[in-house]
Amino acid sequence: MLKARSRPATTRLRPRTVLLALLALLFTVVFAVVVGAGELGWQRVLAEIAAQVSGGVSPLSEREAAIVWQLRVPRVLLAGLVGAALAGAGAAFQGVFRNPLADPYLLGAAAGAGMAATVVMVFAPAVTGWLIGPLPLAAFAGALAGVGLSWAVGRSAGGSGTATLLLAGVAVTAFLTAIQTFVQQLNTDTIKQVYTWTMGGLNVSSWRDLLLALPYVVLAAVVLLASARLLDVLALGDAEAASLGVRPGRVRLLLLAAASLATAAAVAVSGLIGFVGIVVPHIVRLLAGSSYRVIVPLALIGGAVFLILADHVARTVLPGELPLGVVTAFAGAPFFAIVLRTSRGRLP
Amino acid sequence: MLPSSRRLWALLPLLPLLLLFALAGCAEREEPASASAGGGNGFPVTLRPSGAPEVTLEAAPERIVSLSPSTTETLYAVGAGEQVVAADDQSTYPEQAPRTSLSGLNIDPEAIASHNPDLVIVESDLENKLSKALAKTGTKTLVLPAPATLRDAYTQFELVGKATGHAKEGAELARRTEAEISKLVADTPKTELSYYHELDPSFYSVTSATFIGGVYDLFGLRNIADQDDPNALGGYPQLSAEHILRADPDLIFLADTNCCGQSADTVAERPGWDTLTAVRQGRVVAVGDDIASRWGPRLVDFVRTVSSTVRDAGR
Repeated sequence: MLKARSRPATTRLRPRTVLLALLALLFTVVFAVVVGAGELGWQRVLAEIAAQVSGGVSPLSEREAAIVWQLRVPRVLLAGLVGAALAGAGAAFQGVFRNPLADPYLLGAAAGAGMAATVVMVFAPAVTGWLIGPLPLAAFAGALAGVGLSWAVGRSAGGSGTATLLLAGVAVTAFLTAIQTFVQQLNTDTIKQVYTWTMGGLNVSSWRDLLLALPYVVLAAVVLLASARLLDVLALGDAEAASLGVRPGRVRLLLLAAASLATAAAVAVSGLIGFVGIVVPHIVRLLAGSSYRVIVPLALIGGAVFLILADHVARTVLPGELPLGVVTAFAGAPFFAIVLRTSRGRLP
Repeated sequence: MLPSSRRLWALLPLLPLLLLFALAGCAEREEPASASAGGGNGFPVTLRPSGAPEVTLEAAPERIVSLSPSTTETLYAVGAGEQVVAADDQSTYPEQAPRTSLSGLNIDPEAIASHNPDLVIVESDLENKLSKALAKTGTKTLVLPAPATLRDAYTQFELVGKATGHAKEGAELARRTEAEISKLVADTPKTELSYYHELDPSFYSVTSATFIGGVYDLFGLRNIADQDDPNALGGYPQLSAEHILRADPDLIFLADTNCCGQSADTVAERPGWDTLTAVRQGRVVAVGDDIASRWGPRLVDFVRTVSSTVRDAGR
């Protein structure tokens, strides 16, 4: 049972903090675009950007310019968008379930996306020439279906509490993962492809992926930002929330829908990338306070910074690519253990 | 009366068992005869595949199960096709190969034994589990691991020939393949071209340290996946799109046309790829997923594709 703890919580976000966070984000974006995998030379990339902005002469060849504008910039921006989506969704899930360990991949989002993506890879691998690829579409639909199924199972189980919903999520996840494995066994050809996808990555990303995910993430972010106050009210407990004129069930549904939408969009363009949703809101909670009016906006910005840096490591540390999900788990899991140790007793 | 007849019925399920004993008895009686007959064919023969345990076959196998697509192709090429009773689910060539749902990756000895083989050929057998299990049913297991070099591949042709009683054809296939490949290489002008071999659309590739990379090496091509160390990441690195663009390969070979629907057109549509030399000069070549991942007799087809691409590019 979670105990409400009285403490001086910062509920207002100071403009200075937001400004600092945005500056950090801007610096990270520029750093990741300019430094890249190294061989273009950061001065030349800066000169190229300056040339594009002010109309000067670019020092880059046509192909080098393509590397910067068609590969690197969309990839960095997409990493930021996915990071923001996962961290924002993580904050929302934690608030909705009043559980600091909740994560966007709970409730069958990842399993649903993985199952749908596998089905597409196995049965319709050569569908090309669509406006958007069948894979992101399937992942998106699968993620939403996974959450929807968890929700339906939780409801039909009759429990109104969050524990029922979480357990339903566990059951749905196990079931969908079993379907994925079964389908995979039918066609072992695609095992490597499925594996690559489940490790997550932005290796093959383009402006189109960015535009595909952008509207959903922006919509979800707006909903989450606007209802951050409601998350604070939920944190007080259902009875308390009701006495304040909030209907906990409806609020939960709204927030879950928004967070799931953001997760689905992120999964669709990047595969499965774990730990961002847990780690980032936690860092924010430790650094800036435990009110969701502080956590949600800062988690959105912090998630973007975290994933851009993680992706930078993924594309520069090895001669080849390192799966992004591996980097986030590498950085996230030990960090998470340390946070857990040092903050015991301070968690809500 | 009734109870005794019931007892008789109860014995009925034992009938097949009796039959089996009788057959086993027959087989045992026949064995010396076939061994002496086999003596003329070069049997008994001891096979020593590189990287796998040696196997002794007393007589020419009559019922072969092949769990390796490369070996299936070789079996047919040496004239042992009629002895093949089952092939694995990946054995797509030649067409008449008796493809089954057997898997070479997820091996099930019971399913294999149900085909009643006297020889099973697989690519790998961890801890000899399969050969031990099959030995109990009197079946021999020949492990032919993926070869590291072309020479290893030729040696496997000879081995498959010897194992199936087609030693002459096996040796001939090895000789002919080597001669054809040597001729193709000799007839192709040497170039300094660079190439990228694509395994899947997320840019998994092979380095020159792999078997496939060795084929490109024959032509003096430079592999853009090698970077600092061809042995890094097991020879199968995942490249970044940035690296490929920066390396600007002269030739692009696609081994993901069947699996993943890639083609010269889809490659040209990827962001930034329209700036690549290979794309602009129309040197994006489909090599066939199967052919470029197997070491069977169709190796010659793969080498021929590379040869003609290099020749065209040199013009």
